[in-house]
Amino acid sequence: MNLSTLNPWILTLTTFLPALGALLIAFLPRRDRDIRWFALAISVITLLISLHLPVHYREVAPTNSGTFAYEQNLQWITSPNIHYHIGIDGISLWLVVLTTFLVPFCVLASWKSIHDRVKEFFILLLLLETAMIGVFIALDLFLFYFFWEATLIPMALIIGIFGHQRRVYAAVKFFLYTMIASVFMLAAIIWLYAQSNTFDFVELQHLIATGAIHMPGHTTLWLFLGFFVAFAVKVPLFPLHTWLPDAHVEAPTAGSVLLAGVLLKMGTYGLLRFNIGLFPVEAHKNAPWIMTLAIIGIVYGALVALVQPNMKKLVAYSSVSHLGFVVLGLYSFTRAGMDGAVFQMLNHGISTGALFLLLGVVYDRRHTYEIKEYGGLATPMPMYATLFLLITLSSIGLPLMNGFVGEFLILSGAFQAKAVYGIVAASGVIWSAFYMLWLYQRTFYGKITNPVNATLPDVDLRERSILWPLAVLALVMGVFPTLWMNSIDASVAGILGTQHGVPAAPALQVKVNTVLK
Amino acid sequence: MTPLFQPWLIPILPLLGALINGLFGKRFSKAAVAVVALTATALSFVVACVQAAILLQSGHPALEQYYGTWIQAGDFSVNFGIYLDHLSMIMMLVVTGVGFLIHIYSVAYMEHEGGYYRFFSYLNFFMFFMLVLVLANNYLLMFVGWEGVGLASYLLIGFFFLKDSAANAGKKAFITNRVGDFGFLIALFLLIQHFGTLHYGALLVVRDSALLQMPVETSAGVLTAIGLLMLVGACGKSAQIPLYVWLPDAMEGPTPVSALIHAATMVTAGVYMVCRSNAIFSRAPIALLAVAIIGTLTSFFAATIGITQTDIKRVLAYSTVSQLGYMFMAAGVAAYSASVFHLMTHAFFKALLFLGAGSVIHGVGGEQDMRKMGGLRKYMPWTFWTMLIATLAIAGIPPFAGFFSKDEILWQAFSSPHGSKIFWAVGLVTAFMTSFYMFRLIFLTFTGEYRGAKPDAHGHDDHHGTPHESPWLMLAPLVLLGVLSVVGGWVGIGNRFEHFLDPVIQKVSVEQSAAQNGEAAATPVSEGEGTESKSTENLLMAISVLVALGGLGLAWFLYVKRPELPEQIAAGAGGLYRLVLNKYWIDELYAAVLIGPLIAFSRVVLWQTVDQKVVDGTVNEAAVAARDVSAVIRQQQSGLIRSYAGWVAAGAAAVVAYMVWMGTR
Repeated sequence: MNLSTLNPWILTLTTFLPALGALLIAFLPRRDRDIRWFALAISVITLLISLHLPVHYREVAPTNSGTFAYEQNLQWITSPNIHYHIGIDGISLWLVVLTTFLVPFCVLASWKSIHDRVKEFFILLLLLETAMIGVFIALDLFLFYFFWEATLIPMALIIGIFGHQRRVYAAVKFFLYTMIASVFMLAAIIWLYAQSNTFDFVELQHLIATGAIHMPGHTTLWLFLGFFVAFAVKVPLFPLHTWLPDAHVEAPTAGSVLLAGVLLKMGTYGLLRFNIGLFPVEAHKNAPWIMTLAIIGIVYGALVALVQPNMKKLVAYSSVSHLGFVVLGLYSFTRAGMDGAVFQMLNHGISTGALFLLLGVVYDRRHTYEIKEYGGLATPMPMYATLFLLITLSSIGLPLMNGFVGEFLILSGAFQAKAVYGIVAASGVIWSAFYMLWLYQRTFYGKITNPVNATLPDVDLRERSILWPLAVLALVMGVFPTLWMNSIDASVAGILGTQHGVPAAPALQVKVNTVLK
Repeated sequence: MTPLFQPWLIPILPLLGALINGLFGKRFSKAAVAVVALTATALSFVVACVQAAILLQSGHPALEQYYGTWIQAGDFSVNFGIYLDHLSMIMMLVVTGVGFLIHIYSVAYMEHEGGYYRFFSYLNFFMFFMLVLVLANNYLLMFVGWEGVGLASYLLIGFFFLKDSAANAGKKAFITNRVGDFGFLIALFLLIQHFGTLHYGALLVVRDSALLQMPVETSAGVLTAIGLLMLVGACGKSAQIPLYVWLPDAMEGPTPVSALIHAATMVTAGVYMVCRSNAIFSRAPIALLAVAIIGTLTSFFAATIGITQTDIKRVLAYSTVSQLGYMFMAAGVAAYSASVFHLMTHAFFKALLFLGAGSVIHGVGGEQDMRKMGGLRKYMPWTFWTMLIATLAIAGIPPFAGFFSKDEILWQAFSSPHGSKIFWAVGLVTAFMTSFYMFRLIFLTFTGEYRGAKPDAHGHDDHHGTPHESPWLMLAPLVLLGVLSVVGGWVGIGNRFEHFLDPVIQKVSVEQSAAQNGEAAATPVSEGEGTESKSTENLLMAISVLVALGGLGLAWFLYVKRPELPEQIAAGAGGLYRLVLNKYWIDELYAAVLIGPLIAFSRVVLWQTVDQKVVDGTVNEAAVAARDVSAVIRQQQSGLIRSYAGWVAAGAAAVVAYMVWMGTR
């Protein structure tokens, strides 16, 4: 069978297969073991199907900007004029794969730690997967908003039902905070529709660029801000971040992984696709204060992470810092900065996702995230210590690990945009080493201080099969980033092409085995 | 190009060794672990020798090989590649050669320690990154090695991670280095911004390179900024003021690690970086001057501390900081060859000193305090004689290796167009102190009576036993390094070494310096060729030898002839002595002024006040206010989630209704 016949339907299949799985689980008898295996199978099949996207991307890659691969555009509702318009470019391509990649690990991570209402949990998890993928593929603003809000409910329920002590508070806070912010985006979307009678992203982009939509006075700014607030809360950008630590600390491991790994990327993706995509001039104009907030987030998130007594909060605040890097890169409007930002979205998904999975390992054993409860774990759990170290190195951006490539390009781009941005943000390399290595030392080094820890079992086969692939992937992404960057770079070029691109100075290429002079 | 030109093997072999031992070493016997690690290193050394021969045979100043793109973003790209010229050749031979000897030594030294496979895996891992650092063909790949050796250093300092002091020292080393790396990174951003590439070839070598076309900056400019930022990076890695504080603490690591990483190789990376970037520094006299000043200050400052320390490894640590200062001083007066020359001889004699110290520590059962040693000469003659050779070398007494390199540095400091009599004078005083504290070490350790715990004195506390000589596996590297510490300097006779590095040094043309330089333009700003006469050179040489002998004599007088005097002097000096003994309280100062306030500020101001009270407090108050308002409007419902979900559904319905209405309008 010719696989390319799949192309028009592949995105739909990838998106809705998990939801279909969730539906089937609803009809399965309450045998937890079967449900787990079924959910795992669905998520793995979804992953395998989604791999079709990058493998055949080159054949269908859009040649000019503003067009998308694997596109499908069907009328959904005629009045209002809503389309089922989906498609991906070199950026959303990887975010879709990141999502399908992380979900099987989340299923595995929940294998033992979720033992009540297993059925409901996996239904929610798979519904969440569909919604998350939908966000990245939607090219119709209504469809996008639909998926965007659809992620909220399963995630809020996962936190609120399956979380820890203060789960209800955290779930409500998460839900309301992002919900209220999204209302502004909804208002902006409706305004645009009222003016143009279309929700179509590509059409709207064209209409706005050509001035076909009349925007009096400060309208563009208000529209820009409407989208911006929704995305900034999701990122989260300082000072809109305080829902995140609470949500993370209370969420079960799988919830934290998807929250950090994918949901936050929805925010940065939105900032790129819609804020920059629809309102490039406004985005340019507002870049200085947005970058300033991003840099405050980088330093502030890191310093607050430094003094957290709770591991999970520490990692949550580190996310504020890392996502600050992403926003900084996006609004540098340089090729390097934006390339790095997109790559850093993937890196953060892998390394912070892995960090939460790692924290889940000790939580399953000790039911606490307090750092002072641990210490000396390298002795009873050497393999765990090794894996934790590898992910720590990825997180602090050690060269040849994925984090370095992203951070370096972002900082280089920010420096080109304005030197002081690059300089202040680059101090992040010091802070991140400080808080992560200090965490590592307090958790793993020294003698066992709490006798309970002396007999903790090291990671078992299931845990190893979750953690090793992520650690290896972090390394592969650091050594061969071009596997991802080629398509990212092309799409970023397309986005920048419609802007006042900042051309980089030409690099001198010398052939293989050249003798100099 | 000959098919034998495969320089990528040089770093890859130790990487393979590290991976094999790291992944499977736990199941290997100790012998198997050692065989893997040593084979990898030995082969790497052999391949390095072959590549060096190919380079010298080729007649080209440099050979380069690419292995594909690493990072590409728009027009900016960085390759994996190796750049082999005379500078990287020396570095790689020192790293693989000395590295191999230290690997041999470690086989015996680490025999009784746990985590044998882990140790050798890390050690090979270090070799990989160090070789990437010196062989890279661009600054970003150099940075890979740069941070990678930092990681290896972190792991090896913290090798005995059950000890809090070791874990602390590892963390301190990594973070302090990150401060330096921050400067390095910004230097790279400037290079990208102004020149668009990080490749040595395009930046520093090709004739039409924009960088090489730039005139000498008489006032601060972009090259000055790049140079100063690189210096920040170099200060971190090479333990110069103000970032030297991590190196003495790094002595918590096993002694072979101190020898390899914290004396012979890694800490010289900053010197390598400055010499590699000579084209930049020679065009930025202000940055160059900063290098010289930092180096001179550090060499003097560290030497004063070295005089008072009683821990044998700490004396050597401060000595390393001090000697690195000499290398910076040389680089800072644009005497790059002299700098690299001293780097090489220092690698020999300092590795030997550390390995000797390790042998001593091994022989007296783990004691590191020199006050509890003494008289070891008769127990450990091989260790004594080899360490004596190294001490003569570092003290600068002819014909030992250090004499030639140190004398060259002092001469250049005196005579180079970038030099100054002040640098020379301070360097000379430092040379005196160096000779003094090194012979103090020798006399305290090896002469007189053994002051350690005697097995017969107290029957119960005798796990030390009588001091004993180390096994041959440890002594053989000492002897080989001893030979190198003698003959290693002879390559410098007749300025042969200086011209060996000529192809690497990018001379600044007369026109370039003339562009802004007025009268100074008459003499080309280049390395070495001072105007002082040969007789001055010989006079200075005689002075420095006399100074070295003076240091020896004073040490003999104080520690052999009148051993009661040092304590009286220390008591007499009172506050000054305590100041120096406590290393000028710099660690305490950093903790009180930087670390403590940073953590307190982050905790109290940022987290507990700004984050919890201001930002989150506002959010919660807004929520409470909203709830109060809504409570008036609607009836309270149980089950928050359900009620909000209901609101969302209602809201969504309203939106759809609104849009249907819009659509039908």
